[in-house]
Amino acid sequence: MSLNAHPELPEFDYIRPASLMDASRFLAQHAGEARPMLGGTDIFVRMRDGMWHDQYLVDVKNLDGTDKLHFDPQAGLILGAGVNMNRVMVSPEVQTRYPLLADACRSVASYQLRTRATIVGNICNASPAGDTIGACLVLGGVLDVHGVNGYREIPLAGFFLGPGKTILQPGDIVTAIRFPLPPQGNTGVYLKLGRNTWSDLSIVGVTVYGYPDASAASGYRFRIALASVAPVPLIPRDAEAYLSQNPIGRETIRAAANLAAESCSPIDDVRGSAKYRKAMVKNLTRKGLEKVWESVNRKA
Amino acid sequence: MSYHRITLSVNGSVEQLDVPSQMTLLQALRDKLALTGTKNGCNAGECGACTVLLNGEPVNSCMTLAVECDGASVVTVEGLAGNGELDPIQDAIIDEGGVQCGFCTPGVLISSRALLDRNPHPTEAEIREALVGNLCRCTGYVRIVEAVKQVASSR
Ligand SMILES: Cc1cc2nc3c(=O)[nH]c(=O)nc-3n(C[C@H](O)[C@H](O)[C@H](O)COP(=O)(O)OP(=O)(O)OC[C@H]3O[C@@H](n4cnc5c(N)ncnc54)[C@H](O)[C@@H]3O)c2cc1C
Ligand code: FES
Ligand code: FES
Repeated sequence: MSLNAHPELPEFDYIRPASLMDASRFLAQHAGEARPMLGGTDIFVRMRDGMWHDQYLVDVKNLDGTDKLHFDPQAGLILGAGVNMNRVMVSPEVQTRYPLLADACRSVASYQLRTRATIVGNICNASPAGDTIGACLVLGGVLDVHGVNGYREIPLAGFFLGPGKTILQPGDIVTAIRFPLPPQGNTGVYLKLGRNTWSDLSIVGVTVYGYPDASAASGYRFRIALASVAPVPLIPRDAEAYLSQNPIGRETIRAAANLAAESCSPIDDVRGSAKYRKAMVKNLTRKGLEKVWESVNRKA
Repeated sequence: MSYHRITLSVNGSVEQLDVPSQMTLLQALRDKLALTGTKNGCNAGECGACTVLLNGEPVNSCMTLAVECDGASVVTVEGLAGNGELDPIQDAIIDEGGVQCGFCTPGVLISSRALLDRNPHPTEAEIREALVGNLCRCTGYVRIVEAVKQVASSR
């Protein structure tokens, strides 16, 4: 047994391609032995633990200018893959129009880790516990992906296959995540239950987002995303549908929270039992819906 | 394994280094430049003892590759004092008794300096949030927080 609880990184080759196309080709040619890297905060942990043995790390930060944060009053927000979480948090456009994104980033690790960690890395890591994924889902995020055949778009809702698994193919590099303009009168909250107030991974995480919508029978649309309670970040569609169809009030919120809890399939692990997780999804979803409902009403 | 020649500024002096791909900034500082003020506590991004400023922003140097720092400017705890004078946060942490074993102190000083640079008058809540990534097993944090408050109120 090694006495070293914190080993150094194993040997690998660091590659810094000149362009996205070079990077995609290299990654495709070395499928299974090369991986794209942004902040490296997930990669280095896995390599030191001996779980990943990639021979090549391909640094894709800022290839062809993919480290820009830009808001367009017609198209919405575009976050380049290389934009770290602290930059997201201090962006005035994010703070005024997409504050939920800033709240989600704020719940991740520590200030110094967020200087490296990115939202796109959080998404591509595809952990069910990824703290920024819920916000990206409820805000309708769409990924820009560059592969050996050029660019394509992937809506985030169809991106995850399982823990650490996504629909990306060898050579694919996520270059940005885009968000449409937020609907009028929206509010969002991220409720993260951890073993301590700051910096730990979640036991469960509940994102709730809501806004008035005349096309819904209830007059409102709610979006919910649940972290750490299923093999992928979970959208409880039944709960969302129930809230669009029934007059919003205490009872409807309670029933929707129950539906959200029923849609989960959590596991027991060091952070909490499956039973506890389900109970907490119910409580936090109810709390989140009440908060959002109150705030949406206040704005109306 | 590939080697890379990098040039970086460390505490104001320009250094040229040959580093293997997998060498962290922490290893480069300690093992190549003999700047042992920066500590290795966990080598996993958790404890903050390795915190340095990279282009003015704090990072965990154990989670940053040296090769990624080509062309960058780095400040370590050795670079906080200048012209024979301690940084005000160094004076304050001595004053308040915010050091016991001292292992966390270099990282605490760097994180605190960075906080005060971006927010000269932080509240206690803001101080505590900024230091979430700097674990201290000795002081119980109160005296560290008092030290940052001292600097924050003195300007
Ligand atoms: C101490 C510590 C605390 C942490 N706390 C939290 C926490 O509270 N909440 C949380 O959610 N996470 C946490 N994490 C996990 C991690 O920091 C985040 O998931 C982070 O957002 C990953 O971003 P990154 O840029 O560092 O990704 P990287 O490590 O660079 O990459 C992550 C994964 O995505 C792939 N990838 C990277 N870029 C691309 C791309 N452009 N296209 C395709 N695939 C790509 C990589 O190959 C890898 O599989 C923590 C990690 C550490 C070390
Ligand atoms: S040694 Fe880098 S965070 Fe602990
Ligand atoms: S003084 Fe000992 S760890 Fe902080």
